[in-house]
Amino acid sequence: MDKSLYKNIWVYVETTEDGIAKVSLELLSEARKIADAAAEKLVAVLVGSDLDAAVETVCDSGVDEVIVVDAKTYQTYSTDAYTFVFAQLCKKYKPSVLFMGATDNGKDFAPRLACRLNTGAIADTTELYYNPETKDVEWTKPAFGGNLMATIVCDETRPQIGTIRRGVFKIMPAEKKQDVVITQEDIATPQEMIRTLVKEVIAEKATKDIKIEDAEVIVAIGRGVKEQEQTAMFAELAEMLGGALAVTRPLVDKEWYTAKCQIGQSGKMVSPKLYIGCGISGAVQHTAGMCSSDVIVAINTDASAPIFGVADYAVVGDMFEVVPALIDELKKIRQ
Amino acid sequence: MNILVCVKQVPDTEEIKIDPITGSLIREGVAAILNPLDACALEAAVRLKEAYGGKVTVLSMGPPQAKEALKQCVAVGADEAVLITDRAFKDADTLATSYALSMTAKQLGEFDVIVCGKHTLDGETGQVGPQIAEHMDWSQVTHVMDMKVEEGKLVAVREMEDGREVVEATLPCVASVTKASYTPRYPTIKSKLAAGKKEILTLSADEIKNLDKERIGMSGSRTKVAKSFSAPTGQAGMVIQEETGEATGRKLARILHEAKLV
Ligand SMILES: Cc1cc2nc3c(=O)[nH]c(=O)nc-3n(C[C@H](O)[C@H](O)[C@H](O)COP(=O)(O)OP(=O)(O)OC[C@H]3O[C@@H](n4cnc5c(N)ncnc54)[C@H](O)[C@@H]3O)c2cc1C
Ligand SMILES: Nc1ncnc2c1ncn2[C@@H]1O[C@H](COP(=O)(O)O)[C@@H](O)[C@H]1O
Repeated sequence: MDKSLYKNIWVYVETTEDGIAKVSLELLSEARKIADAAAEKLVAVLVGSDLDAAVETVCDSGVDEVIVVDAKTYQTYSTDAYTFVFAQLCKKYKPSVLFMGATDNGKDFAPRLACRLNTGAIADTTELYYNPETKDVEWTKPAFGGNLMATIVCDETRPQIGTIRRGVFKIMPAEKKQDVVITQEDIATPQEMIRTLVKEVIAEKATKDIKIEDAEVIVAIGRGVKEQEQTAMFAELAEMLGGALAVTRPLVDKEWYTAKCQIGQSGKMVSPKLYIGCGISGAVQHTAGMCSSDVIVAINTDASAPIFGVADYAVVGDMFEVVPALIDELKKIRQ
Repeated sequence: MNILVCVKQVPDTEEIKIDPITGSLIREGVAAILNPLDACALEAAVRLKEAYGGKVTVLSMGPPQAKEALKQCVAVGADEAVLITDRAFKDADTLATSYALSMTAKQLGEFDVIVCGKHTLDGETGQVGPQIAEHMDWSQVTHVMDMKVEEGKLVAVREMEDGREVVEATLPCVASVTKASYTPRYPTIKSKLAAGKKEILTLSADEIKNLDKERIGMSGSRTKVAKSFSAPTGQAGMVIQEETGEATGRKLARILHEAKLV
C-alpha cells in the first residue's frame, strides 16, 4: 500500500440528541495539533440527521473541512449503516487517520470498519503523538489492567483508525478558519443491509448531578471511608466547590455508588481543574484515570501512599479531621 | 441453537508486577486465568442453550496451556472445546486473531450465535467480537447484558453509557457481553472431574481449511506494539502536614484559596 496516497486527519464528530458529544470536541482540539504537525488538513465528519446546528459549531472549532452525511437513515445509530458510510467515505477520500471517541457506538463500529478496510484499529487510546519521521500516529493506551502503557502503531496500512477515551484531552479555544469547505455527501445505505433495529431506548433517570467527566472540580473518596454515613462530608465539600463526588472501585464494588462515579482504568477518565483525593492509596488503575488533572490534592494518613507520587499537594493527615477543617476554613474565607 | 463462545486465557492482572528497572511485565509466577468476561460470555451462551436447547462450543486461540481455560469452560456447561494453537498464530493483533477465529468457526459448523466477552484483561480492546462479525458478514451487538430469541431474531439488551437499549438483530449474530447480569456459575466436583477427562480438539494452522497464512499471526496484523512502559508516576509535590489534622485542613484551605483553585 502506498501510504502517501492517504492524506488528512479525520475526526468523526458524534452527535446525540443533546448535540455534539464532548469527546468529539476534545478530539478536534487534539487532532488540530496533529494536523498541523503533519501539515495536513483537519476534517470533521458528521453522520446523522438534522445536522445543521452541529455543522455550524464544528466550523468554529478550527477545522479546515467538514464532510456531512445527513439523512433520516442515520438518525439512530446502526453498526451496518455507519460502517457502510465510513467505508464509502474512506475509499473516496483516502484519509490518513480517522479518530473517534471511545463511546458505545464508536467502539462498536471502529473495529468493524478497520476490518472491512483491512487496516489497523487501536482502542481506548489516552495519548497521541505524530511521528514526523515515520509519518505514523503513535497511539498510547493502558493495557494489562493499567499496569502497563503500550504504544501502538499502524505503520503499513491506511487509514489509521482508533478510538480515544473521553476526558483525556482538553477542549482548547480554536481559531476559526476562513472558508471552511463543507461537503454534503449523499450516501444511501440499502435498507436490507441494516441487520439491527433499535426497538427501545431506556434512558437513565436524569439526575441533576454533574457527570464526573464534565466536572471542573472532583472530590474523590476511597476505601479510607469505612462507613457509608461518613461520605456526607465529602459530598458537602464537592457541592461547596461546585464539583462532583467520585470514587475508587472498591466503593462501587460495595454498591455504595454506581460505576458512573468510578474513576480509573475500568471507570471514567477525568481531567478536572482540581482533584481532591481522600483516603485513596493511588493504585495505577485509579491514577490512570486522573493523572491528567490540572492540580491534584491527595489526603492520606500514610505518608508513603503511592498517590503522593502524582500529587501536587500531598496532605498527610486523617481526612476525618482535615476535611471538616478544610470546609470550615473555606466558609470563613468566603464570608 | 448452535452456539460458539470465543474465550481467551489471560494473565491475572491483579497479580502482575512491573520490573522497576526495565519497565516490562514480570510474567513468571503469574497465574493464567480464563478472561473474566469470557466466563460471562460462556454463562450467556449456556443460558441460551438452557432456554432453547442446542449445543455450546468453546473456541480459543492460544498456547497449549490454554486447554486449562477450556476445561474450566467444559466444567460449567460447554459441550465441546476447540483450541487452535500454532506458532504461526503468534503476535496476532485483533484483525489477525478475528480472522483465524472466524475461519475456524466456519469449519466447525453452522452457528446461530457467536458470543464473545466485551474485552480481554490483557489487550483490552473489545475489537475481536466486531471483527469476527465482519469476517463472517453477520450482524453484531456489543455491550449485551441480556438476550433472547424471538421470532427468529436475537433480541438483546445493551448496557450503554447512559441507559439501556433494546436491539433486534438478524441471526446469525455475534454478541459481545458485559458482566452485569451474567454472573458465571460454579462447577461442581463431578463436572470438574468430567471436564478433566474431556477431549479437547486441537487444530494447527494447517488443519484449518482455506486459511490464508498471510492473514494470521504477525504478518496478518495491521498494528504492532512499538513500545511498552510502566504507567507514569510523577514528581512528588508540596507536602502539607501540621501538628493536627485540623490545622492541616485549615492550611490546605488557605493554600488552595491563594492558588485561586477554590
Ligand atoms: C483490572 C482492574 C481494573 C481496576 N480498575 C479500577 C478503576 O477503574 N478504578 C479504581 O479506583 N480502581 C480500580 N481497580 C482497583 C485498584 O487496583 C485498587 O484496588 C483501588 O483503586 C484501591 O482503592 P482505594 O485507594 O480506595 O483503597 P485502598 O488501596 O485500600 O486505599 C485506602 C487508602 O486510604 C488511606 N486511609 C485510610 N484511612 C484514612 C483516613 N482516615 N484518612 C486518610 N486516609 C486514610 C489508607 O492509607 C490507604 O492509602 C482495578 C483493579 C483491577 C485488577
Ligand atoms: N485469542 C483468542 N481466542 C479466543 N477468543 C478471543 C481471543 N482473543 C479475543 N477473543 C474474544 O474476543 C473478545 C474481545 O477481546 P479483545 O478484543 O482482545 O478485547 C474476548 O472477550 C474473547 O471473547
